[in-house]
Amino acid sequence: MTKPLHLEIVTPEKVVVNETVSYVAGPGILGEFGVLPGHLPLLSALVPGKVTYQVGDKRKYAFVGGGFAEVADNKISILAESAEQLEDIDVERARRAYERARKRLSAPTPDIDIVRAEAALNRAIQRLNLVAMK
Amino acid sequence: MPSLKNVKTKIAGVKKTKQITKAMNMVASAKLRGAQLKIEHFRPYAEKFYEMLQQLVGKEGMGSAHPLLAEHATRKRCGIVLATSDRGLCGSFNVNIIAAALRVAAEKTSLGQDVVFYCVGKKGRDAVLKSDYALAEGFSALLGKLDFNLAHSLGTRLISQFLNEDLDEIVVVYSEFVSLARQVPKTLQILPMEPATGAAGKSADDEPDEYIFEPDAVSILAEVLPRFINAQVYRALLDTSASEHAARMTAMDNATRNCDDMAASLTLLFNKTRQAAITRDLMDIVGGAEALKG
Repeated sequence: MTKPLHLEIVTPEKVVVNETVSYVAGPGILGEFGVLPGHLPLLSALVPGKVTYQVGDKRKYAFVGGGFAEVADNKISILAESAEQLEDIDVERARRAYERARKRLSAPTPDIDIVRAEAALNRAIQRLNLVAMK
Repeated sequence: MPSLKNVKTKIAGVKKTKQITKAMNMVASAKLRGAQLKIEHFRPYAEKFYEMLQQLVGKEGMGSAHPLLAEHATRKRCGIVLATSDRGLCGSFNVNIIAAALRVAAEKTSLGQDVVFYCVGKKGRDAVLKSDYALAEGFSALLGKLDFNLAHSLGTRLISQFLNEDLDEIVVVYSEFVSLARQVPKTLQILPMEPATGAAGKSADDEPDEYIFEPDAVSILAEVLPRFINAQVYRALLDTSASEHAARMTAMDNATRNCDDMAASLTLLFNKTRQAAITRDLMDIVGGAEALKG
């Protein structure tokens, strides 16, 4: 076992996770990637999805709404515009967001931003998937 | 001599005003705590972002790899983002920011640039409407419940304006929150971004840290830059909001003290007037008695 890995997930509003972990997996733009202690410096863009991390022998999950991950010096920092730990996900809100985005996409009007609605739908689905997995 | 009744109502009025200013002071201090907390929460995010950007821009050949870093051929149109408060009663706070913004605008105009304003906060918007400058957009009643979404939508709009070459330069004028007693109007150029801010002092020490980029450095830069700009806009708004509350606290504190002074001098006047009236009455009685003695 080498030096422990430190994980930090920060959003503009707060620091979501700040823990020493032994393993992290994140939703990279080129597919999921895993980080173990001693990983080479890495900078990756993230897509909305789940971050898995291992604290002791407990496996924990968090949602990130896209952003970046930086690995350097056994420290992994994830910068996301939105992020929650699994237990903090607001299921009701995600469900509402899902319905709303669904409705917008099924009956598009000119003033609706399709790209944005699709992104919102994707985030809502990812959140709900993560909760369903629990 | 003012009448006794007049002075009495005036004293009552001043005391009531004092209650209001005192309450406003307390409300402002509570709101300031909220705003400061937001700044504190935002700081780690901003710092990380800055580090990351330095890593990227510090790399060779990245200085102009993205249109957001590049200077347009001509600087003809300048956008000024003016962050002020929605409400007054905070001393010279808004006046100072607006004066700074108008100074910048005058400077740009003298360089032959067209100036458009983007205003967050009612006071700034009103001031721009009264001036000769064009107002592109005005947001009001938002600073109270400021969140990242506002900064995000404003930032995104600015970026697209810049990329479409509708704007060649974007500066933010806001109030920097230095301390409770000091808020300084500040001007920050956000676009085109000066690559020097990222590259300076970063080339020597981190040779061994050759990063793996996913997907690649240029596309990551393309993702990081807009977000960094949004973060800067957000920071400016947060600072302005904290400064507003601090300025209001100070202003209301002064007002409360002035009320005290005023009440004291009015009470003095009241007592003097009452004394004078009593003396006059006594004189009357004495005079009457003397006359009767005859």
